[in-house]
Amino acid sequence: MRIAGKSLVDGDAMGMALTTDTPLSFWGGVNPHTGEIIDRRHPLDGESIAGRILILPSGRGSCSASGVLLESIANGTAPAGIIVSETDPIIGLGAILGDELLDRVVPVVLVTPEERAAIPDGMPVRLLFGGSIEVGE
Amino acid sequence: MTEFSQLVLSDYERGMLDGEAGPAAALAMRILARMAPLYGADRFIEVTKAHIDGIVYEGNAGLAFAEKLADSGGKVQVPTSLNVMSMDRTNWRQLGQEEQFATNARRLGYAYVRMGAVPTFTCAPYQTETAPVFGEQIAWSESNAVAYANSVIGARSNRYGDYLDISCALTGRVPASGLHLTENRKATHWFRLHGVSETLQQRDDFYPVLGYLLGQSVTNGVPVVEGLTAAATSDQLKSLAAAAASSGAIALFHVVGVTPEAPDLEAAFQGKPDVDPVMVTPALLRSIRKTLTTSGTDSVDVVAFGSPHASLRECTELSELMRGRHARSGMQVYVTTSRAVKEILARTGVLETLETFGTSVVADTCIAVAPLVRPGAKVLMSNSGKYAHYGPGIIGVESIYGSTAECVEAAVTGRAEVDDSAWQ
Repeated sequence: MRIAGKSLVDGDAMGMALTTDTPLSFWGGVNPHTGEIIDRRHPLDGESIAGRILILPSGRGSCSASGVLLESIANGTAPAGIIVSETDPIIGLGAILGDELLDRVVPVVLVTPEERAAIPDGMPVRLLFGGSIEVGE
Repeated sequence: MTEFSQLVLSDYERGMLDGEAGPAAALAMRILARMAPLYGADRFIEVTKAHIDGIVYEGNAGLAFAEKLADSGGKVQVPTSLNVMSMDRTNWRQLGQEEQFATNARRLGYAYVRMGAVPTFTCAPYQTETAPVFGEQIAWSESNAVAYANSVIGARSNRYGDYLDISCALTGRVPASGLHLTENRKATHWFRLHGVSETLQQRDDFYPVLGYLLGQSVTNGVPVVEGLTAAATSDQLKSLAAAAASSGAIALFHVVGVTPEAPDLEAAFQGKPDVDPVMVTPALLRSIRKTLTTSGTDSVDVVAFGSPHASLRECTELSELMRGRHARSGMQVYVTTSRAVKEILARTGVLETLETFGTSVVADTCIAVAPLVRPGAKVLMSNSGKYAHYGPGIIGVESIYGSTAECVEAAVTGRAEVDDSAWQ
């Protein structure tokens, strides 16, 4: 499957899909030292985002989420890439800071809610420069 | 190739990008220029105040960024207040904060002060002299503060994440988008209170629950609440804003007859409502209230007040409930507030009443951003929707949500007795 997404933070990345329909706040929701999701009310509680392609509607909650994403990028516990179905400035900012300050790009791609829901959890996903997404082997 | 050719830039803004105002302003402007498309903006507008949330120590990457900006001569271009930092500047040792952590937290705070920010260190900047006025364009961070400034004051800000906030302050610019523009401030979701008695509306535990409902129901939009008949105080609206901004991403809400952009329903919708109302019944509120509690037992180890930072009035009301009583041995009781408020409490005797009860009155910070709760504590009780929400994830405890009076009782007895009979 190939999806023509819109690149919010451009780059290429590969990883296994980690999908959720529930928005996630990185602040209070992710431990930046381990990459573990620690929001007890979130369906992905206990999963690790490290190296995955995190696929979710958007972030939510606190403004500190961009800082947590930046620390995750610095610690090597961030997702390899992120797919959202709403333009999310807080997640985008964390990724732009990673690029500007650490020279490490976590691409962020925008798709429609239907396209997001069509990507199965655990599938290999590749994000390409320009916003294209390849799903599957 | 001209970078950012899709943006309309003034000479001043282009000059900043090109380094004419120094390397810190150049980096800040570059971050803003990359962010503008994510806000759907093709130009910038001027702001006249900033509030910085990047002051919370999250790790070395954030500290390195702030020190890089300060070391390269960055200076804020507008009056800039600071959110909670990660330590109590005077009592950190007594509160058991670690030396290395305190050193990093202090360095981070100092970096922002070197850039010219005012060391307010509070998450309730709208209750200080740094509060904006109606219609003022501002670059605020801290989700509860943004929700309050937009909704209750009628100032205009989007939610600016960590490090974008300082970028706005160093340039005096924000992307022209979102809640800075009148057309985006109209209501999109309609909530009508139905059968909610004034007795319930006047309870201090009502507003966080209403806010939590709005945050859970509206992922992306502007809710308006109709049918509030009891007068709401600044503190009640503060707790509403904070809960709405924790359970969701709400940055603006209207309350008909209460908030300045909603004298009536049509004003809130900027015309005739184009959606149907959701009925907010006591039964719905009661079910939302239950979700704020995660603990399966009624045993309480920690009781916390003050998220957002407790106002002078909240501290005084709390001291009336605590006067002449004592928290149970081993109970941790926290009131988190600003240093400005704590200094007034010390002069008026309220601080002594709170401390005699067994309360740690913590300034500059809060228990969600500083690891103050001692290890071994399992259950936190709070009257704050925000503390209750972040208990399990951030603080590492189960939560019980209750009224202010119920929280004080639990501090004395060690047991939560939450009465929801008023929520009928």
